[in-house]
Amino acid sequence: MNDLSTTPPRSLYARREPVYPQKIDGRFRRLKWLVMAVTLTIYYVTPWLRWDRGPYAPDQAVLLDLAHRRFYFGPAEIWPHEFYYVAGLLIMAGIGLFLLTSVVGRAWCGYACPQTVWTDAFQHIERFVDGDRNAQIRLAKAPWGAGKIARRGLKYALFLTVSLATGGAWIFYFADAPTLAAQFLTGEASTVAYATVGILTATTFVLGGFMREQVCIYMCPWPRIQTAMTDEKSLIVTYKDWRGEPRGKGRRPASLVDLGLGDCIDCNQCVAVCPTGIDIRDGPQVGCITCALCIDACDRVMERIGRPRGLIDYATLEDCRTEAAGGKPKPLIRTLLRPRTLAYFSLWGSVGLVMLLALGNRERIDISAQHQRNPAFVQLADGAVRNGFTIKLRNMQARPREMEVRLQGLPGGVMWTNGGSRDASATSVRTVVPADALAKLPIFVAAPGGGQARQDFAFTVRAADGGESDRVGAVFERSGD
Amino acid sequence: MAERKKRVDQPTGTEFVGHEWDGIEELNTPLPRWWLWTLYATIIWAVAYTIAYPAWPLVSRATAGVLGWSSRDQLDRELAADQARKAPILRAVAATPIEALPAHPQLMQAAVEGGRAAFRVNCVQCHGSGAAGSKGYPNLNDDDWLWGGDLKAIHFTVEHGIRSPGHDSTRMSQMPAFGRDGLLQPAEIDDLTAFVRAVSRQQPVTASARRGQALYATNCAACHGGDARGNREFGAPNLADAIWLYGGDEAAVRKSIHDARFGVMPRWGDKLDPVTVKMLAAYVHSLGGGERESVQGPAKR
Repeated sequence: MNDLSTTPPRSLYARREPVYPQKIDGRFRRLKWLVMAVTLTIYYVTPWLRWDRGPYAPDQAVLLDLAHRRFYFGPAEIWPHEFYYVAGLLIMAGIGLFLLTSVVGRAWCGYACPQTVWTDAFQHIERFVDGDRNAQIRLAKAPWGAGKIARRGLKYALFLTVSLATGGAWIFYFADAPTLAAQFLTGEASTVAYATVGILTATTFVLGGFMREQVCIYMCPWPRIQTAMTDEKSLIVTYKDWRGEPRGKGRRPASLVDLGLGDCIDCNQCVAVCPTGIDIRDGPQVGCITCALCIDACDRVMERIGRPRGLIDYATLEDCRTEAAGGKPKPLIRTLLRPRTLAYFSLWGSVGLVMLLALGNRERIDISAQHQRNPAFVQLADGAVRNGFTIKLRNMQARPREMEVRLQGLPGGVMWTNGGSRDASATSVRTVVPADALAKLPIFVAAPGGGQARQDFAFTVRAADGGESDRVGAVFERSGD
Repeated sequence: MAERKKRVDQPTGTEFVGHEWDGIEELNTPLPRWWLWTLYATIIWAVAYTIAYPAWPLVSRATAGVLGWSSRDQLDRELAADQARKAPILRAVAATPIEALPAHPQLMQAAVEGGRAAFRVNCVQCHGSGAAGSKGYPNLNDDDWLWGGDLKAIHFTVEHGIRSPGHDSTRMSQMPAFGRDGLLQPAEIDDLTAFVRAVSRQQPVTASARRGQALYATNCAACHGGDARGNREFGAPNLADAIWLYGGDEAAVRKSIHDARFGVMPRWGDKLDPVTVKMLAAYVHSLGGGERESVQGPAKR
């Protein structure tokens, strides 16, 4: 028998429950402050660092010059055809994340992720304007009056300022920072710069000011990937229910055994300080970013009631099972250094090493030759045959260099540049290639008519001042009958 | 549908869906309400977009959108902007006589590029996509020129054409058809063929070639030159070099002498504007066989 009338209709949607995290101090809070300070300093300061590359190249240490298609990282200058270095960096970032996750679980989420760092900053601004958790809850429930409007206005103004600074700093990675800063403030920067700052300001404001934990729970793919990457030997934030249960309110007398209660006094402090608003006592869940503020909160309470710290703590699932059964957990070093983490570390290290070696051994000049295809050969009046080539000379140093291109392996062959004439032909051609540039050199090569229909030969290039050289094979085509 | 009472998940207080897939169950968690607002926002955006921009197909046209944007207008604007950008340099090219262009590298480059584009539209049909020609259509890449290979000569050729019917100023010459019109005997034509092939070093000097040499002096030297190196005044080819417009084998040479040849090129001065003609000449000159200006001036009819 089914009674539809008594079952209330279930809503398909639920509004976001606002989160008002309580202020807490402790070792992990201080660690979070440190990580925030380091990451934000890196983010804001890096574009302003200088690196002298001579008069022909920009002097910004880290510069992604999209317009000229060069990435500058200190001494290294990456050209578009070397994009595999960027790919290598991304691979290292990926493996680094796997490594970090296998060691300390979702530490990226809880300490270093930009969404976490900015949300943390915004929550502090909120605390500064509105007061701590209880004051925030009261203000949210209060009717709209002059005081509330003023507070909200101040808070959003501060949010907008931080958002603007965030978007503003981003554009400095893509152009010379001092120049762009001056242009930006006088209205002379490009439309792209203003648009980028506008978009990043809007996204920072929305994501940090309002979306907050909704990003972690609904939008970000990392929580799902992180949970797939943690195993029973990874450190995660967990509530030791064998110690804490059954819960009961109030201080404990000396003998716990008499009351039959666990250490958890149901003070709900762990819920109050959680920036994503979850209850860690329900177990590890997608909303727990392992920021460890609940550890700080619980430790403080345990200290006050005279119980040992660590009711909520970083622990591995394996250790939890062992401890729950009464055994001793593994020492930390065995958790940090185990086959999986060592394998990730060696992989990460070898990718980095290979990249460094490759970077150090790059050729600074390069030649390539493209055969003119239409027509492939031209019969000349005196019986010789002429082929056209486009020689491309790459000068990857930050100064102009004179280079000499020479024919190799073509008996009787001579060459001259397109603008010149055959009268001035020779077995080599000299040209100056500008700093950090690719020079296109269209040339003609003429050789005696009798001979193979397709003859292999080569172009060599040598730098006049350095002796570096390169070589590229080519084919000389004749009518060949 | 019946609504059975479903199990509730302890920690979250949410109902289970009531179904299991290989032992895995799902909670019936309500969706965040902001997803709904986002969906509404996208619908409103979409409707506004179709009002602002061309969107709804009607019978013979589509709605134009209140902003009046159209991709054809955008193309027109881009073309007009490009025309405006090119106008000064085209004016400069027009004002510069063609033989003076090489002294201005930027103008010369612009002329060559403009000529390359015009060539692709107007000239490739006969001269080929790479300007390499074929039998009867000259290869413009090589260094052999019938009527002159300096800038002024090429410019004249492009502008006035070759044997273009009905035009007085076109380049004109007519080779007699020695065989067809009965001017020479077949044996004499054989000897001349041997001579031409000998003088172009395709075959050794034979008795036939020596007889041909005598015939050449009386019949051919007037146009093709005493040394068989041609005469650009008449567009008479150089018979001693390695380049053949109609073929250098025995059959082709014999046919050329027997029936003569009468190559025709259109007069482009009528069809194209003067700047384009000038740019075409610059482009052809740049293909690798262009000659320096000679002191004699351009060949005339």
